Amino acid sequence: MFFTYLRRELRRRRKAALVVASGLALGIALVIVVNSVSSGMGKAQDKVLQSLYGLGTDMTVTKAATATAGASQQPRFQFDANNNDSSTTQSSDRVMVQGFTTLASTTVTKVAGQKGVSDAVGGLSLNVVKVDGQFTRGQFQQNQGSGTEGGGGNRGGGTGAPQGEVTGGGANFNINSYSVYGTDVTKPALGPLTSSKITSGRTFTTAEANSKVVVADSAYAKTKKLKVGSTVTIKSVKYKVIGIATATSGDAAANLYIPLTQAQTLSGDKNKVTTIYVKASDSKQISAVKKTIQGNVSGTTVTTSADLADTVSGSLSTASSLATSVGKWLSIAVLIAAFLVAGLLTSSAVSRRVREFGTLKALGWKSGRVTRQVVGEAVVNGLVGGVLGIALGLAGAYVVTAISPTLSASLGSTAAGGRAGGGPGGGGGGFGGGRQAAAKTLDVALTAPVNATTIALAVGLAVAGGLIAGAFGGWRASRLRPADALRRVE
Amino acid sequence: MYELRGVTKLYSRGKETVHALDGIDLTIGDGDRLVIQGPTGGGKSTLLQMIGALDRPTAGEIVLDGVDLAKLSEARLTKVRSENIGFVFQSFNLIPTLTAQENVETALVPLGMKAKIRRERAAEALVSVGLGERANHLPGEMSGGQQQRVAIARALVKQPKVLLADEPTGNLDESMRDEIMDVLERMWKEHGLTFIMVTHDSAIAKKAPRLATIRKGKITVKENAASK
Repeated sequence: MFFTYLRRELRRRRKAALVVASGLALGIALVIVVNSVSSGMGKAQDKVLQSLYGLGTDMTVTKAATATAGASQQPRFQFDANNNDSSTTQSSDRVMVQGFTTLASTTVTKVAGQKGVSDAVGGLSLNVVKVDGQFTRGQFQQNQGSGTEGGGGNRGGGTGAPQGEVTGGGANFNINSYSVYGTDVTKPALGPLTSSKITSGRTFTTAEANSKVVVADSAYAKTKKLKVGSTVTIKSVKYKVIGIATATSGDAAANLYIPLTQAQTLSGDKNKVTTIYVKASDSKQISAVKKTIQGNVSGTTVTTSADLADTVSGSLSTASSLATSVGKWLSIAVLIAAFLVAGLLTSSAVSRRVREFGTLKALGWKSGRVTRQVVGEAVVNGLVGGVLGIALGLAGAYVVTAISPTLSASLGSTAAGGRAGGGPGGGGGGFGGGRQAAAKTLDVALTAPVNATTIALAVGLAVAGGLIAGAFGGWRASRLRPADALRRVE
Repeated sequence: MYELRGVTKLYSRGKETVHALDGIDLTIGDGDRLVIQGPTGGGKSTLLQMIGALDRPTAGEIVLDGVDLAKLSEARLTKVRSENIGFVFQSFNLIPTLTAQENVETALVPLGMKAKIRRERAAEALVSVGLGERANHLPGEMSGGQQQRVAIARALVKQPKVLLADEPTGNLDESMRDEIMDVLERMWKEHGLTFIMVTHDSAIAKKAPRLATIRKGKITVKENAASK
């Protein structure tokens, strides 16, 4: 009888049921869209962070900031001027450690040994500045007396007696700056190189720990016309290009990737690394692992994705905060309104059926049975609303994904100022003060993925809405007296 | 067998206390047929609620077959209603969304019988009031007289001891009225019921073997030996 009665009521009072259901549907749809858009925001942020960290990295460890790094380590170039008419090209490479601070390789092992750390790998980020060109000696024109010798081209004028002058000296040189990342070839699953895909050639083998081989970023390779098999010279050492890597999202972490040992040799930092990439055993325990590392490995700064996410600015972060604040409150408000309306409508439907329920009680129906009938109808209404809401929400999320508006994200701009340790890769202070540390901007398309949790949430809300409406109506129905059956007027 | 002793019902209307029933004493034997009449607001409906176990009196006893209804809990009263008392209402009170058959079945729901037996008994009850072929019609598709016959079938399907009718012909025109009175009378005789009816209709009241009049909460009973 319960189901017969329920079915008949819902079928014959379709309109009223639909009003309640569509109210709930609207609220639920909004929750789904807001939820999926925020998870899309999260995905977009992950993408941005991934381009810096590589896949699977939960946090990075760098040397804690110290005040001493600075001018004394600024790159210096010294060239001797050539003899007259000589067109010999001179060249000098300066290899600098990004951020000027390093950690000992032993720290990697120490970090890897911490509780909650699944894996840790060290890497050395280098900036190479290559200056090459011709430096011609000025010619001393004697006017009177005898000159001794001309000064170096880059050192200004001559020092001889003022009987003549130097003319015609000069320099013609290029500056080429690029980044090199020394990667631990024994752990290919972790580190910045994982965010790139090998599009040509191959990546490092674990046997190439100290081989003179290089993987070039595709964008850099294009400008330098590098191909698999070409040779790259860094500080007079020739490296063979074995592969071209393309960043899967955003910019690549470095222009060139070489084995870690080679990088250490180039910069003269034996057994040093700039950044340790850490993978936690449980992605939910990241902040605890961060604490452990900071507590046990002194002199380090631990940066998690969450820390880094705080430095993301631009339309992505604006939209993200919009989705989490305005979207969340809006959907909560609409849900509460929908629940209230559903409750009041159900309650007023009960008032219109006072004589009907009174009659059933007069026939000997227990109060609980009448209440159950009312709650049952409300829950079915809620479920219908849930189905409508899920359909509507999925459609909304689909539309967002189909349009996929582009959001731009600026990263690390806050790090450009003073953090000597720098963000891993992107934010580190490099050559020329703030120039390289300037914000790294990338565009990410927004999607609105709907996951099972969101659907489960929607179903839960639908049932909750039905129960709330049912509680209103059921409470009303339970208070009806059987004597109401004798009411003369409806 | 009903025995009412000093039944009093008070309602508070604002600061005022209304004596809807004021010390009613009344005995109704098994198989009796009692008609209750009286002016509107005189306490007819209140008395029917007391007899029908729909409400409890403020004071007094209502003993039905040795059980004082005035002392029973709400749950026990519900049980008494579901087993012993059949109601027929002025405005039929059928569930508009259920068919005639299903409406009759609602009276059997509290008795917890199997769906198959319930259906059979409801169908039989509809046949007995002459509506066997209208079992699958909705109340809205039937005339007033037919609806009231469905309501009578619903009241009697559980084979109660008592049939209470509150103005059963009040919403019907003349021809229908006689039809319904015929059905009720036939049922009374066939089932050996105690039949208590509230009515405004003086024509019906005149024919009653026993006529109770309620005025300002007081009752007067007149035996009409001639029509008995």
